[in-house]
Amino acid sequence: MSVSAPALRVQDPPGTAGSGGADAPSSAARPSRARRWLTGRGPLRLISPVAALLLWQGESSLRLISTQKLPPPSEIWSTAVSLTTADSPAYGTLQGAMLISLERVAIGFGLGATVAVSLAVFAGLSRFGENAADPLMQMLRALPLFGLIPVFIVWFGIGELPKVLLIAIGAAIPLYLNTFSGIRNVDGKLAEVGRVLHLRRGELIRQIVLPGALPQVLVGLRQSLSFSWLALVVAEQINANAGLGFMITQATQFLRNDVIFVALLVYCILGLLTDALVRLLERRALSWRRGFLEQ
Amino acid sequence: MASRLPGAVTTQPENDRAPNRDGTVRHGTVRDGGERENESPPEQELAARVRGLSRAFGERRVLDGLDLDVAPGEFIALIGRSGSGKSTLLRALAGLDRSVTGELTVNGTVAVAFQEPRLVPWKRVLANVCLGLRVADARAAAGAALAEVGLTERADAWPLTLSGGEAQRASLARALVREPRLLLLDEPFSALDALTTITMHRLVVRLWAHHEPAVLLVTHDVDEALTLADRVLVLAGGRIGFSCRIEAPRPRDRNQPELTALRTRLLAELGVDTEGTK
Repeated sequence: MSVSAPALRVQDPPGTAGSGGADAPSSAARPSRARRWLTGRGPLRLISPVAALLLWQGESSLRLISTQKLPPPSEIWSTAVSLTTADSPAYGTLQGAMLISLERVAIGFGLGATVAVSLAVFAGLSRFGENAADPLMQMLRALPLFGLIPVFIVWFGIGELPKVLLIAIGAAIPLYLNTFSGIRNVDGKLAEVGRVLHLRRGELIRQIVLPGALPQVLVGLRQSLSFSWLALVVAEQINANAGLGFMITQATQFLRNDVIFVALLVYCILGLLTDALVRLLERRALSWRRGFLEQ
Repeated sequence: MASRLPGAVTTQPENDRAPNRDGTVRHGTVRDGGERENESPPEQELAARVRGLSRAFGERRVLDGLDLDVAPGEFIALIGRSGSGKSTLLRALAGLDRSVTGELTVNGTVAVAFQEPRLVPWKRVLANVCLGLRVADARAAAGAALAEVGLTERADAWPLTLSGGEAQRASLARALVREPRLLLLDEPFSALDALTTITMHRLVVRLWAHHEPAVLLVTHDVDEALTLADRVLVLAGGRIGFSCRIEAPRPRDRNQPELTALRTRLLAELGVDTEGTK
């Protein structure tokens, strides 16, 4: 926070002051992101993962555990390379499987997120909406998601639909809960400002309510995405004939743990990437918050 | 501060009242001066007219049949002890309290500056001033308003980076850009440091003289009321218990004898005994 000195500038003609303002440091004066990472905590945080990796590799060269059960990182890497470069008859290509899995998550998440945000806005903005939508969502929340799988197979067969629906439900619940509470926790004093300024209902929602709920919505979004990936892993192990889950099921039958590890690794990377995407979104959308301003 | 000849300070009871429900007479009888109610101008000329306004929170009647006329361009300071209903009255005038009973007419636009500036944190300062503004070139109007309060160079800043005084000036700009006929100020200076408060007082008087809205300033600070207002009202027992007019020219030296006497009187009205302290 800047000191109270700028407040004394009332009589200054506009434009003469402006020294010492909190927005003074320009982006050009700041070190690049890469340099800040290098000089910050970044490298320190790499030490333990790298050590674990080296330990893992060293263990397998001592043959303490059979490499079939726990393949060393080097073998996992070469499997990943061969799966990417060659179209194996048993598994297809890695990138092909990845694309199919990504598509399932995209459709399921898109569907779930649309429904969740619409319902949360409906429930968040009116007592009627809350009474109508919230009990259903609370019931759905209490339902064990994966317990639905047998029911879905009976209802929808073993095609894409049950998989996508499972992901959609997994994505919808955390996003709904967070968006709803985000809307309800918007500062009532700002809603009063909206009334005093005669904002129309639509303006109030777009300018005050939704941006006010956004921090919580983004928390929900991150949870929702990780739920989506979780639901995907489970959904893909039921009668899939393509995708990362299918790859795992096949590899189990051929006792190819290295392939399983590759698929799990890809799940990890995709999950981390989507999370990073949301964090980027957060940085952009919440740049008004003090915590971000002082970075 | 320039010490000019002070104008007359007159005091008068706001109105003579019939006994209350509980049978006690609370107002008027001991005060000098004549009736005002009969002289009040016709309703359409007033910035605001309030008759028999009441508001209860549970068993507690915070406003109890309050009457008030706000003349156009008049600067009123409303003082009262904590919990006396000052803010309740202001919220009623702002249209923020729909549980009040009685008659309440406000002619023209009302704008409010709150105790906390209540800037929308995810909108830059200029966008805050523009919020809900329905004029041809809202951004230009908002820019002009910011220039008037001396905040031009902070137009693109996020509200959370403003100092307390800057935020309060942005809040004033947001209220004034609507060209209100009635400007409601809810203790807008109470969270500021003493130096900032002095500059803000000057700014408010300057803006008021330029735009000529009627102003209702809610404050707990007797000196602030004496420095700024044409008329000081004391809210007590849910009604205007005491009213006085200050005709001293601005800027005022609050040590001039009339204002000093009035301060003692107002403090007495607020139930503060000043004897022996000076």
